[in-house]
Amino acid sequence: MIYDVVILGGGPAGLAAAVEAKNGGAENVLILERDRELGGILNQCIHNGFGLHTFNEELTGPEYAERYIQKVKDLNIPYMLDTMVLDMHDNGDLKAIHVINEENGYMIIEAKAVILTMGCRERTSGAIGIPGYRPSGVFTAGTAQRFINMEGFMPGKEVVILGSGDIGLIMARRMTLEGAHVQAVCELMPYSNGLVRNIVQCLDDYDIPLKLSHTITFIHGKDRLEGVTVAKVDEKLKVIPGTEEYIPCDTLLLSVGLIPENEITRNAGVVMDNRTNGAIVGELRQTSMPGVFACGNVVHVHDLVDFVSEEAVLAGKGAAKFIKGELDNEITFTTTNGDGIGYVVPQQVAMKNVEDKVTFYMRVRQVFKDKVVNAYIGDQLIATKKEKKLLPAEMVNFKIAKDILAQYPAGEIRFVVEEAK
Amino acid sequence: MKKEMTCIVCPIGCQMTIEEKADGTYEVTGNTCKRGPKYAINEMTNPTRVIPTTVVIKNAMLPRLPVKTAEPIPKGQIFDAMAVINQVVVEAPIKTGDVVIKDLLGLGIDVVATRTMDKC
Ligand SMILES: Cc1cc2nc3c(=O)[nH]c(=O)nc-3n(C[C@H](O)[C@H](O)[C@H](O)COP(=O)(O)OP(=O)(O)OC[C@H]3O[C@@H](n4cnc5c(N)ncnc54)[C@H](O)[C@@H]3O)c2cc1C
Ligand code: SF4
Repeated sequence: MIYDVVILGGGPAGLAAAVEAKNGGAENVLILERDRELGGILNQCIHNGFGLHTFNEELTGPEYAERYIQKVKDLNIPYMLDTMVLDMHDNGDLKAIHVINEENGYMIIEAKAVILTMGCRERTSGAIGIPGYRPSGVFTAGTAQRFINMEGFMPGKEVVILGSGDIGLIMARRMTLEGAHVQAVCELMPYSNGLVRNIVQCLDDYDIPLKLSHTITFIHGKDRLEGVTVAKVDEKLKVIPGTEEYIPCDTLLLSVGLIPENEITRNAGVVMDNRTNGAIVGELRQTSMPGVFACGNVVHVHDLVDFVSEEAVLAGKGAAKFIKGELDNEITFTTTNGDGIGYVVPQQVAMKNVEDKVTFYMRVRQVFKDKVVNAYIGDQLIATKKEKKLLPAEMVNFKIAKDILAQYPAGEIRFVVEEAK
Repeated sequence: MKKEMTCIVCPIGCQMTIEEKADGTYEVTGNTCKRGPKYAINEMTNPTRVIPTTVVIKNAMLPRLPVKTAEPIPKGQIFDAMAVINQVVVEAPIKTGDVVIKDLLGLGIDVVATRTMDKC
């Protein structure tokens, strides 16, 4: 059987993309998921705060996932669980997806269009190279989250957290509620990498200190973690000698960032963006390979799942248009990140596919107060977005109406942080 | 008295300012929607939080069922609530929204399941 659209990953991005592709006219849609259930990382994110934008009520991760899983079931979209995607190749008109599962062994599934929704994984301590030993008791925050919330194990009692990403902050509260003592959250940068609301409700509520401009310089303990040495860093992020402090602990959680999971994408030869570590995508999340789309954390790391679902709708629409031969591939605009901006998604816009507006997602490189983000084509200012505070942790979403973009024949849209006029 | 605060009702996290007037009423600025002022005034008078946590579940695919307080509870009672919630053992099947504890700590607030778990 040849599928219209096959979706690689059954997290929130995959689920929303599947629903939209089906609603958009794709008949045979299939979701492939390596885990034992659908829902992706949301199954372990039991805290509330999801879906306020999508559903207008505050849901926990599993509740948010369940709404989309229900939509998939209502539309009778088939899915295969415990099924690992190994590789994807472009065979001209069809894509060949190589998968493996216990029931069928190795299989090749063919599809007219593919949507990549493999999400991201956590950086590990090896990747950032802290000196010292590698005793037990060192976990990524996401692993600890899965242990506590799904398997019911407590990783330890005296905890230090390195990195102030959202998962680290959420886990500081979670461990405290379950009776552990969180000594500190250490953040290398002079600002937090997590949402302000998580600092308020996860650290401040429980008097957990956030040590900004601090890092861990040594991990102590041979079999089980015994403690860590923490030190202050200067503006160049170099350790300031004499500021070292020993903190005894049996557990170290690392919340030092996420990396899009793109081995399949790279092997397939899809053109990547080294700013996002994801594929270069267009307004409907089409990649450089015709018929291959990507959305969610595999394209760029999102802090809010609501935006993942929003992006997935675009990819689902794109895939449905592609199989009907309605997708235009003439690129009108490219986008680029100017001063203060780290990256912009989408990197390309084909105006013929745009309905009423294009939403550009971007991250700033540092904390800015009372500045604006300006969009230029050439030296023409085309749109401005005011923000009281711009934080690297909080993705900016900048909507530009089709009418405004349509005034320009082509070119590069450049986003910059500037003084408010 | 003036106080700066971040609204934590939704992940937008509006930066708000709340000012207590001489007549005891409050003025809130900086919010994007009407949930902001409600939160700010609560934070000054009776801060509350929703608690998401887990309870033990038997005969399900996983040993833990995620739950939450159906409404925010007073901040000062979070650990008392955890002590009660941690005593609970439920049995699959459970549906999202099923009441796991009725009237937690006499607050008139239930603890409810936040996912469906079939029997297996
Ligand atoms: C540990 C962790 C905690 C997080 N906590 C929060 C949070 O608290 N709040 C928040 O808003 N966001 C959180 N995020 C971000 C969150 O991932 C996104 O909001 C959202 O879940 C991303 O959706 P997604 O579908 O793109 O990715 P995921 O949810 O990661 O889904 C990707 C899916 O693809 C599957 N997959 C990957 N590779 C393959 C393959 N080769 N074959 C088959 N299947 C595959 C995975 O098993 C997974 O189910 C967290 C991320 C991580 C990693
Ligand atoms: S004021 Fe409204 S929009 Fe702003 S953070 Fe609070 S709930 Fe969200």
